Amino acid sequence: MGLKRTFHLLGSPPTVYRLAGLLGPWVGIGAVILIAAGTYGGLVLAPPDYLQGDGFRIIYVHVPSAYIGLMAYVLMAVAAAVGFIWHMKIAHAVAVSAAPVGASFTFLALVTGAVWGKPMWGTYWQWADARLVSELVLLFLYLGVMLLRASFDDRDKGDRVSAVLAVVGVVNVPIIHYSVEWWSTLHQGPTIAQLDTPSITMDMLVPLLTMIAGFTLCFAWLILKRVQAEILDRESRARWVEQLVTGASA
Amino acid sequence: MKEFLAMGGYAAYVWTSYGITAFVVALNVWLAQRRYRRALGALRPAGTQAEPVRQPTVRKMT
Repeated sequence: MGLKRTFHLLGSPPTVYRLAGLLGPWVGIGAVILIAAGTYGGLVLAPPDYLQGDGFRIIYVHVPSAYIGLMAYVLMAVAAAVGFIWHMKIAHAVAVSAAPVGASFTFLALVTGAVWGKPMWGTYWQWADARLVSELVLLFLYLGVMLLRASFDDRDKGDRVSAVLAVVGVVNVPIIHYSVEWWSTLHQGPTIAQLDTPSITMDMLVPLLTMIAGFTLCFAWLILKRVQAEILDRESRARWVEQLVTGASA
Repeated sequence: MKEFLAMGGYAAYVWTSYGITAFVVALNVWLAQRRYRRALGALRPAGTQAEPVRQPTVRKMT
């Protein structure tokens, strides 16, 4: 299948709606299995950290949440840009769907980070810390994009204006990533994003990677469900949706 | 089991983190499902209204 044809199919609402419906249950099952295994591995199988004891186990919910928060933002911005440039309905549907989910995982990263910071750093929050503040800015960017979109009665206008903010906000993504290297911060440096010299042992790393994979599938499930809903809203007058509702085979 | 729950003295921090995470993930699943059900539900009335509107025009012609 050629690239052009793939692009064309991904722009076809009924195709994407059905594909999402087919993939959804499998993605969901995969998410449940991986998150269950990752939780067991993180809480039971992984040995306590030599420095942080059992407190380090917060990593298994903190890092996947932070990863999803960032990944969802990039997805939202790319989808918004594609929707803006090529007037693609599906792309806007993806951008709308990624925002609340990404915001909730960013919130989780902030909260679990604060709860982790209290016993390890002696504080929940530090305003002078670049990693912490840039992550908070990420949450505000999500909320800004959502509010801006909601402030337009006209859906197309809301899509286009909020797309601009989403794309501009991408500058915050590398700032978050490199904040631990560019500025002195309480936050520890990268743990797994250095494959040649991993600073974490295998029995700690495997549950973390399992959890990240599980969260990614969970995110995918949420996006598929929400994109289906968005497509129904946006295509409510289309014939295939009418057939879907009346039960006639398309 | 008691030792496991104690988390080496970090029980409050570890279980708070896992609890909030479970809550937010469950909330996400619930909200996405509700969003989908509502989108589907919004289509139904439009589908059922279409038929009674069409019928009177047929009767007038006969």
